[in-house]
Amino acid sequence: MTYPWVAWYAMRRYATYRLGALSEAVTNTVFGFLRAYILIALWQARPALGGYDVTDAVTFCFLTQALIGPVQIFGGMELTERIRTGDVAIDLYRPADLQGWWLADDLGRAAFALGFRGVPPLVTGILVFHLAVPSPARLAQFAVAVLLALLAGFGVRYVAAMCVFWLHDDRGVQAVSLVAAMFFSGLLLPLVVFPGALGVVANLLPWAALIQVPADVFLGKAGYFGLDGTAGLLATYGFQAFWAIVLFAAGRLLTVAARRRLVIHGG
Amino acid sequence: MASALRVYGLLAWTWIRAAAQYPVSMVLLALGTAVVTGLDLAAIALMFSRVPRIAGYSAPEVMFLYATSGLSFALAEIVLGTAERLGQHVRRGTLDAMLVRPVSPLIQVATEEFSPRRMGKLIPTATVLILVLPRLDVTWTPLRVLLVPMMIISGFVMFAALWVLTAAVQFVLIDGHQATKAVTYGGGFLTQYPLGIFGRDFVRGLTFVIPLAFVNWEPSLYVFGRADPLGLPTPVRFASPLVAAALCGVAALAWRAGLRHYRSTGS
Amino acid sequence: MIELDNVTKSFVVRRRAGRLRRTRTVVLACEGISFTVGAGEFVGYLGPNGAGKSTTIKMLTGILTPSSGSVRVAGLDPSRQRTTLARRIGVVFGQRTTLWWDLPLRDSLALVRHLYRIDAHDHRRRLAALIDLLDLGPFLDTPVRQLSLGQRMRGDLTAALLHDPELLVLDEPTIGLDVVTKATVRGFLAELNAERGTTVLLTTHDLGDIERLCRRVMIIDHGRLAYDGGLDRLRAMADAERMLVVDLERPGPPVEVPGVRFVRADGPRQWLAIGSGVNAATVVADVAARYEVADISLREPDIEDVVARLYRSGLPAPAPSADGRVGSTGW
Repeated sequence: MTYPWVAWYAMRRYATYRLGALSEAVTNTVFGFLRAYILIALWQARPALGGYDVTDAVTFCFLTQALIGPVQIFGGMELTERIRTGDVAIDLYRPADLQGWWLADDLGRAAFALGFRGVPPLVTGILVFHLAVPSPARLAQFAVAVLLALLAGFGVRYVAAMCVFWLHDDRGVQAVSLVAAMFFSGLLLPLVVFPGALGVVANLLPWAALIQVPADVFLGKAGYFGLDGTAGLLATYGFQAFWAIVLFAAGRLLTVAARRRLVIHGG
Repeated sequence: MASALRVYGLLAWTWIRAAAQYPVSMVLLALGTAVVTGLDLAAIALMFSRVPRIAGYSAPEVMFLYATSGLSFALAEIVLGTAERLGQHVRRGTLDAMLVRPVSPLIQVATEEFSPRRMGKLIPTATVLILVLPRLDVTWTPLRVLLVPMMIISGFVMFAALWVLTAAVQFVLIDGHQATKAVTYGGGFLTQYPLGIFGRDFVRGLTFVIPLAFVNWEPSLYVFGRADPLGLPTPVRFASPLVAAALCGVAALAWRAGLRHYRSTGS
Repeated sequence: MIELDNVTKSFVVRRRAGRLRRTRTVVLACEGISFTVGAGEFVGYLGPNGAGKSTTIKMLTGILTPSSGSVRVAGLDPSRQRTTLARRIGVVFGQRTTLWWDLPLRDSLALVRHLYRIDAHDHRRRLAALIDLLDLGPFLDTPVRQLSLGQRMRGDLTAALLHDPELLVLDEPTIGLDVVTKATVRGFLAELNAERGTTVLLTTHDLGDIERLCRRVMIIDHGRLAYDGGLDRLRAMADAERMLVVDLERPGPPVEVPGVRFVRADGPRQWLAIGSGVNAATVVADVAARYEVADISLREPDIEDVVARLYRSGLPAPAPSADGRVGSTGW
């Protein structure tokens, strides 16, 4: 099967950019510190905000900073550039499925990022702050949530990338995507802080599945539609899977349409 | 100096004219940039929707810090933001093409792709500043009034110096670009908040090592009439221009050293 | 215009040896290079890859500072007076463009105008002339990223010449170009040198460029200047054989004449190699006397062969001073 090979190769390819990745990890860690202090100040003013306590908030902070790399919150895929230059034509002539190929590539990249961009912020957080420690069972649940998050994240970015086929200048899409991702993923502030209706809406959008949900699973606070405990966990996975599937399907439709409209961009 | 400004202006204007050929795109991008910059403001607003004070600071006070820091940072990023691409130019060899021209490579990099889009960053920050000034619970003496433009200008110079420093570092650490964002974007981010929330040692570091405390924190203490958590004497509140000048000196030296290094070792 | 005196450039290269250790080797990119180029000359600069051509060019233009020795271009020191010098020289890199990728050519040239502080009137005039000479009209509004290699090269040339420099330095400009564009560029450069008197230093792998444009050639090998003189002397030095092409009245056995080696025959036509040092006139007379000859022609050795042979067998020791300097090479 080609796909595991594609993923493996992608991981090795990204591994050559070790220094750059570590560089990014440094920045993620520093921002982790800054956000942690801000969240501590916020929780000191209101100790049980959104059902979290201070330790939960700081743990959330470092978890989400660690996930920025693997889940690629700030968007972007190599595919976008290839569509712009027209190189994607080569990809479309391959016997492999375009979406499947790029999914494998992305998972390889994510595997690399988990180590090189996920570990440093998390380790630093553990060393300097007091973070919540989960049970092994919870860790396993967290791993599943991360995998689903990776799939959903790929879904979002793939759809955004496919839009370039129709919009010659995709910078607008990118900007909107970035704003939405930063705001609704919980990166700025945990979604639990969002008041009222805004909070409800935010928790239903796909971006919530990317880092907010895995973090909540880690903290043992996973729950959707009023459920908690095991039912809540399953509902949470269901929420992530729902978006992954929907976005995947959308991506598939767009791929088919794009194949039909193979306009080779010179610019 | 005057001729450098003139060249900068001419180059920037040429880039603007080129961007103006796509007016719709230009305006949309400017708005997009404004929104992205406004996200930080959204985060602060969200926080204050849940608590009345953070670390003892009221919403207008934090908004004031956000606006002054944001304005300084936006101005600096407009003027010198693209300098952080230096590492990219070194890696691709395009720095050589700049060195055969009779203009400082710093000016060439800084004006690259200059576009009115950059101005978008000013919209949220300037708007907030105008709106918050009358709402501050402050007795306005002439000295306090003077401190506001003084801190914005000194802050601008300091951030500009930091951008140059991050560029200079990339002569030696070519892959260090992402890590430098911790200083520039990190610095811009943390100065939006009262430094008191960041812990004593952190604040000491920000006063004596990387003097970001002078961007808006120290002068603001005087404007708000608050005591300095570090207990430093009153004249320190007014030291921003001096610190800015010193930082400029350091940045200039670093840039020259970096360029000298590049010209003796090549790429 | 250009004076290099005993210029040396060394680099420290750090390689990883094994898991933790790093070896530190000093690489001499250029060693004791000395040459002078006078104003108005058109000089070719050859050398195998990695010989130090690009390093020399970078030192001339101020991109790199020499480790030792002195460099003076247009009377200025490139490492100390980079910006002053930059106003008086133009540089074209064949492998990279000096233009801005996303901008239309026209806008790139506007930026160039401001960088060199060319006044509006001069700029319009020069630009019009260059547009005409290099036929830039059709693609002036195309983004540089979409230009073909030939178009981009013409654009780079324009950008380098807008400010009317005294010296033009080209680093492999014809690489990858199609035949027509090559001819255009060569013709343009020849005219530039002949009519405006612009000094040209041309680095190239394409010996066709050299043959068409340069009468003086410098060859650098392993960081040392191995040859500095005219093309003719180069041919002679390389010990390459001239070729005598004899068309006999009738096909016959290989021609045998002293000083000549039979190479091949094709019907009545025979190719004979004349050794160096042998007088071609004598050989021709000999052949004509002993055989029934319909036609005879003498071909100089292909410069490609000459240089290839030199690269392979190692170049001779640096040319003695008297011959290699300005003024004695026919210019």
